[in-house]
Parts: sequence; structure tokens; C-alpha cells
Amino acid sequence: MSGTKPTVRGWLEPVRQAGAQVDEVLCAAGYTVGLLVRTFAATRYLPRRRRFFLDAAHAAGVKSMPVSLVVALFAGMILALQTGIELRRLGQTELIGNILSLSMCREMGPFMTGIILAATVGSAIAAEVGTMKVSDEVTALDVMSIDVANYIVLPRVAAMTLMCPTVTVVTDLVGIAGGAVVSHFHLGITQQTYWLAVRESLTSTTSILPKDVYVGLVKAIVFGCTIAIVSCSAGLRAGGGALGVGRAVQRAVMASIILIIVLGYAITWLFYFLLPE
Amino acid sequence: MIELRGVCKRLGSREVLRGLDLVVPEGLNYVLMGRSGTGKSVTLKHVIGILRPDAGSVKVDGVEVPGLRRKELQELRRKMGYLFQNGALINWLTVEENVALPLVENTRMARSEIRDRVQETLKVVGMDHAARQFPPDVSGGMRLRAGLARALVGRPRYVLYDEPNAGLDPIMARQIHELIAHVRDRFQVTGLLVTHSRQCALDTGDRIGVLDEGRIVAEGTMEEMWQSTHPLVRSFLSGHAD
Repeated sequence: MSGTKPTVRGWLEPVRQAGAQVDEVLCAAGYTVGLLVRTFAATRYLPRRRRFFLDAAHAAGVKSMPVSLVVALFAGMILALQTGIELRRLGQTELIGNILSLSMCREMGPFMTGIILAATVGSAIAAEVGTMKVSDEVTALDVMSIDVANYIVLPRVAAMTLMCPTVTVVTDLVGIAGGAVVSHFHLGITQQTYWLAVRESLTSTTSILPKDVYVGLVKAIVFGCTIAIVSCSAGLRAGGGALGVGRAVQRAVMASIILIIVLGYAITWLFYFLLPE
Repeated sequence: MIELRGVCKRLGSREVLRGLDLVVPEGLNYVLMGRSGTGKSVTLKHVIGILRPDAGSVKVDGVEVPGLRRKELQELRRKMGYLFQNGALINWLTVEENVALPLVENTRMARSEIRDRVQETLKVVGMDHAARQFPPDVSGGMRLRAGLARALVGRPRYVLYDEPNAGLDPIMARQIHELIAHVRDRFQVTGLLVTHSRQCALDTGDRIGVLDEGRIVAEGTMEEMWQSTHPLVRSFLSGHAD
């Protein structure tokens, strides 16, 4: 009898492990949502945190800019080249400006910026907050009755929420400019034709910003906030010294990237299918 | 007065505290000694309200700590300072900003008043010359002194010290011990220290308690402890457990 028990347990072990994983993910999600609520509730203290906010904004906006610019430039050039080849076959190369500007503003700009910020700034936030956690600095704040959401999380979330759309606008413009270079040299499109097509796509007669631009910016705002809160949450849940900090960084980047894709889809569905006009 | 009665605490599968009874009298430094992993730091965390006991009572000034609401706990914590093992200073703030932090965040004191209080406290711990430095740029001993200044700046009635000499060389550790004794006399604070160091207990302790397997196995003044025949007490006092 006692010989069969370990076998049954052996069969159940993967189920137990899967259950533990689901439990861990749900706990993390609950903690992160709770942290987000506490951070929003502390928004009125943002003026007191302006120094940390400016530091975080500098890290998110200025320090990540070189990578964003290089990636955006080449992404725009690749997109123009790939799309241009097909358009040339159809005799529609003059549409390249429209296609490129819409692709960049709707999807590629916010998506690329989100991924870059998750990998650079999000990982740095998780490492910084995780190190604070394992070296008792977070406990020290707690003991001093200083709210961690207010003191540590709020400036970072505010900075990322502001800087992600800012970097996205620059990324969009550089990507479109990269497309202009390829269109001119490889597809024989004049600069005037290209930029007229871009302007036509990115202006609206009914609102200040066309839907394709503001939906892209909404995505960037959501991505920025998500990356910051997920990274802070991962850092605050870190434990077990340097190894725990490393795991927190890994968790933060993975969760941020997955959420960027899922939320990107959700926002597209919301604005283009649920609210088409 | 700090009073713990029958405190039990389980962390994961391990029963860390098993009916701990502890009374810290006013105005004295109480040193809680014990081997690593016997629940010394866990005891401190119960007193400051970071952990809640599974059973038993934790009282500070007659108030049951685990039953407090968030605001009430914050109020209680203002009466307490906590010195962490490595100081636990915020790395992106200077030493003086770290020390000023509890006053800036929790009081409506004027900036000039805060500045004066911080300078006075830094002087007491001998850190006034390093006020503008950042924590990574100062030594471990200096970080501890700055941590002590931060614990004292709100003029608490109680200071909890978590292994105040961990990682320090004997000379620096001795200086920290002298400082802890000086702080008790200068500010009339009640101290609860946890340590595994005999020297720390000798230098700072008015009363000593030895913790083993989640409860106090011997307690008394240093003179009484020298008379003890308990093997763990003998081991600590002979320095074998250091």
C-alpha cells in the first residue's frame, strides 16, 4: 500500500506545480492591481515628489532615446522596403507614405517604444526597487510610516506614463523619416509626394488629432503606466538577495512584454471594433 | 514598556517563536541574544508591527500592537526608532536627507527646524562631517551611525536595534556599542537589541535574555547571567557562540 502512494503523488505532482504557478500569477496580479490603486490614490502627492519624478523622467525619456531612435529609423526603413516591393508590383508606390505613417502611428511606434522601455527602463526599475527590498530599505520606509506606493512607485509611474507617449511621438517621426529615405533612394518616390501622403494620413478635418494618432498615443500612455507598475511590483516582491533581484527583473520584463501585446490588442479592438467611429 | 506574552509565530513550515515571554523595562537596554535563526529579528518585527503573531500578545505602552489600525500603528511607530543591520539608508538621498526623511514625511516641522534637529542628531552620532555624502560613499560603520541618527531624529521613546554590529570590525563595533549606551543616557530611550555577540551584550546591555528554540531560556542582569549554569548562556558568555 505504501509503495503505491508515491506513484499517485508522482502523477499529481505536475498538477500541483501548475496549481502553484497559477496561484503565484494570481497573487502577483492581485498585488500589482492593489499597488496601482494605492498609487492612483497617492497622485495628489506628486508635486512633493517632483525631484524623483524628474530623475525618473530623465531616465525613461532621455537615456532610452538613442536606442529608440536607432530602432525606429531602421524599422521605418525595413517597413518601407518590404511594403515598397509589393506596392511597386501593383504600381501603387505613391501610397507608401500613407501606409508607413499609419503603420508607425497606429501600431509600430507605441509597440516598439513599449518593448524598448520595458527592456531598458522597466528592468532598471525592477532592479532598483528589488535591491531596495532585499536590503531592507523598503521595510525601513514602512517602519517610518512612509507609504511605498507614494514614495517609490508614484514618481516612476508618473514619469513613465508621461515619457512613453513622448518617446513614441519621436519614434513615429524618426520611423516615418527612415521610410522617406528608402522611398527616395530605392523606390524613386519624390520627397514631396511622400510627405504629402504622410500629411494626408496624419491630419483630420473633424478633430485635432486623427484617430490613428491618438489611439497610438493612448496605447503608449497605457504601456508606460503598465511597464512602471509591473516593474515596481516585481521589485517589491523580490526576495532572497541578488538572485531574487535577478528573478524580479526577469519577471518584470516578461510580464511587461506580454501585457504590451495583450493590451495593444485590447485597445485596438476597443477603438476600431467596439467604437469604430 | 514593551511586553510580549506567549507569542507564537510560524513562518512557512518552521515554528520560529514558541510562546515567547519578554518584558523590556523603561529606560534600559535589553539585549536579546541567541544563535542565528532563533527568531531574534522576528521578535523585533512583532514589536514594530511588521509581523503579527499567530498567538499571544504584543504590547507597547499597554497598547496591543497586532490589533492596531493602520493610522494607529503609524502613530505608535513614531514613538519608535529602528536600526537595521546595514543601516538601510536610501541610496539616492544624502546622509542628511536620509536622517531628515521621517520628519519631512511625517511632521509639519519647518525646514529650518528640521535642519537644526538633523544637524544636532548627526553630531550626537559623530556623522556631522559626512552629512552631504551619499550612503554608497561612506563606510559600513558610518552607514550604521547614519541609520541610528535616522532612528533617533524623531526623538523616539524606544529604539530597536537589529544586529547593530553585524559585519563591523571589532574597533568599529565597540564604537557603535558605546554610541548605543550613550544614546540611552542622552535621550533616555528604552532599547531592545538583538545580537549574537557577547561583546555587544557586555557593552550595551542592562538586562540580557537568551533566546533558544523560540522562547527565553535565561534572563537577568549581566551579573546574574555570569552566575547562570545554563549551557547556552555559558557558551555565549565564554565566547564560544560568538
